[in-house]
Amino acid sequence: MTLTEMQGYAFFFLTVLLVVILYGYILHLYRSEKKGEMDYEKYGKMALDDELHNRPVELNPKVKNEEKEN
Amino acid sequence: MQSNAALEYDYSVAKLYMWTTVIFGIVGMTIGVLIASQLAFPELNYLFGEYGTFSRLRPMHTNVVIYGFTVSGIMVSFYYSAQRVLKVSLAELPLINLLAKIGFFAYLIAATFMVISLAMGITASKEYAQMEWPLDIAIVIYWVIWGVVMFGLIGARREKSLYISLWYYIACFLGVAMLYLFNNMEVPTYFLSGGLGAWYHSVSMYAGTNDALVQWWWGHNAVAFVFTVPIIAIIYYFLPKESGQAVYSYKLSLLSFWGLMFVYLWAGGHHLLWSTVPDWMQTMGSVFSVVLILPSWGSAINMLLTMKGEWNQLTENPLIKFMVLASTFYMLSTLEGPIQAVKSVNAIAHFTDWIPGHVHDGVLGWVAFMIFAAVMHASTRVFKREIYSKSLLEAQFWIQTTGVVLYFTSMWIAGITQGMMWRAVDEYGNLMYSFIDTVSVLHPYYTIRAIGGLLYLIGMLMFAYNFFMTATAGRKLEQEPQFRSPMA
Repeated sequence: MTLTEMQGYAFFFLTVLLVVILYGYILHLYRSEKKGEMDYEKYGKMALDDELHNRPVELNPKVKNEEKEN
Repeated sequence: MQSNAALEYDYSVAKLYMWTTVIFGIVGMTIGVLIASQLAFPELNYLFGEYGTFSRLRPMHTNVVIYGFTVSGIMVSFYYSAQRVLKVSLAELPLINLLAKIGFFAYLIAATFMVISLAMGITASKEYAQMEWPLDIAIVIYWVIWGVVMFGLIGARREKSLYISLWYYIACFLGVAMLYLFNNMEVPTYFLSGGLGAWYHSVSMYAGTNDALVQWWWGHNAVAFVFTVPIIAIIYYFLPKESGQAVYSYKLSLLSFWGLMFVYLWAGGHHLLWSTVPDWMQTMGSVFSVVLILPSWGSAINMLLTMKGEWNQLTENPLIKFMVLASTFYMLSTLEGPIQAVKSVNAIAHFTDWIPGHVHDGVLGWVAFMIFAAVMHASTRVFKREIYSKSLLEAQFWIQTTGVVLYFTSMWIAGITQGMMWRAVDEYGNLMYSFIDTVSVLHPYYTIRAIGGLLYLIGMLMFAYNFFMTATAGRKLEQEPQFRSPMA
């Protein structure tokens, strides 16, 4: 096999791999939402309810523990 | 970390950067208009002796608008919005706050020396990396300080997840850190030659084609990680906040983020099409540039769809106008770039005025419009005052939009004319035109470009006045506005 042929195969498989990764990620995003594991859209609220006194979308567990200790 | 009900966000650092945004904006754009006029009317080269020549002023223009105006604008948005989306105030973290202030003054000193050294003609002779090694070291220190502040804030956050804007700021930090270090690897000649030449001079550590490759790996990624990534960070926060509409699809924002991160780093090779770099590398640069349309349009469409059902705001709120037009210009620019990166198109476009035309519809229409909108939105909260004049903001919008349109349309025509004339041959294969033929043909377009630039500068001055009056004389607000920025 010549170097050019090898480059050709490498290019083809790399392209396939990248397409699989891209669609895999989209699938992962939608599946985890459908299964109820994640709700990505709620994070959009972070920009809207951004006052210090607003309730965080998800409270940082580190802060939660500190507040409990106090 | 304190838990204090009366605690407020600390905007002192954002405020400092607001002033440098305005000052560097005026300086950088004034120089821009002057050099655009010099191209149309060469006598203007002799206004200030050696300090006023095109060759001295052009790097000053690019460096001041990139590292002065744009970086300041990015820092305004970061020091304003990062606290808010993380729900932690800089006032709670005295050490980080102090570091952020030290960072600002380090920035100011480095930027001042950058301007002085470029005015004196001291340059490393690499585009967008003209600063000599002592300044490079200062920039690295400044960047590390910013990183410490960013990760310090993230470490103390109340919000568990990082909002998408923060992802983009982190990418900006990491991308620039990596690329800046590699591209500015320099050999200080004075110290290695045993005292020859000036102490601040250096030569690149790379030679020939390698130097070109590393240079454009940086050069194009400066566009990526200074003009794109942090500006997307700005729009993902400020457009939803100003309009009161959550981002249309958070999932699309994540997908676009990873797409952009993966693809952008490979696109720099398109600056070296038809040059002495390996052919496969040129092809790779072309291919990745075309693929880049997808993640870029992903973000831009996401922003336009965020306005779904609320398009009336476009007519009512000038800040929304700025941001919607900015995302539209982002789409235009990220379609135009890939077209120019196609090898056959590039054969005409390379080295012509179409390239600065492309750059300017991106930076004037997208980058600067987003910075204007972000600074104005933030100023109502930072100064607790109403925006001084809505009509001034509206006028600025239309004057600058006209300026951008004049700029890029004249450069499209000039660039394509130039490209076609350079390659035109007669029936015997002889070149039909000499270089000076193209220069005389282009004169009207250069004049139109200078007028476009002047309109944009007038808009910048209107913005500066409006900002100054907002900060000092705007009507006091009793309560912080939740979404739409109040304006008189």
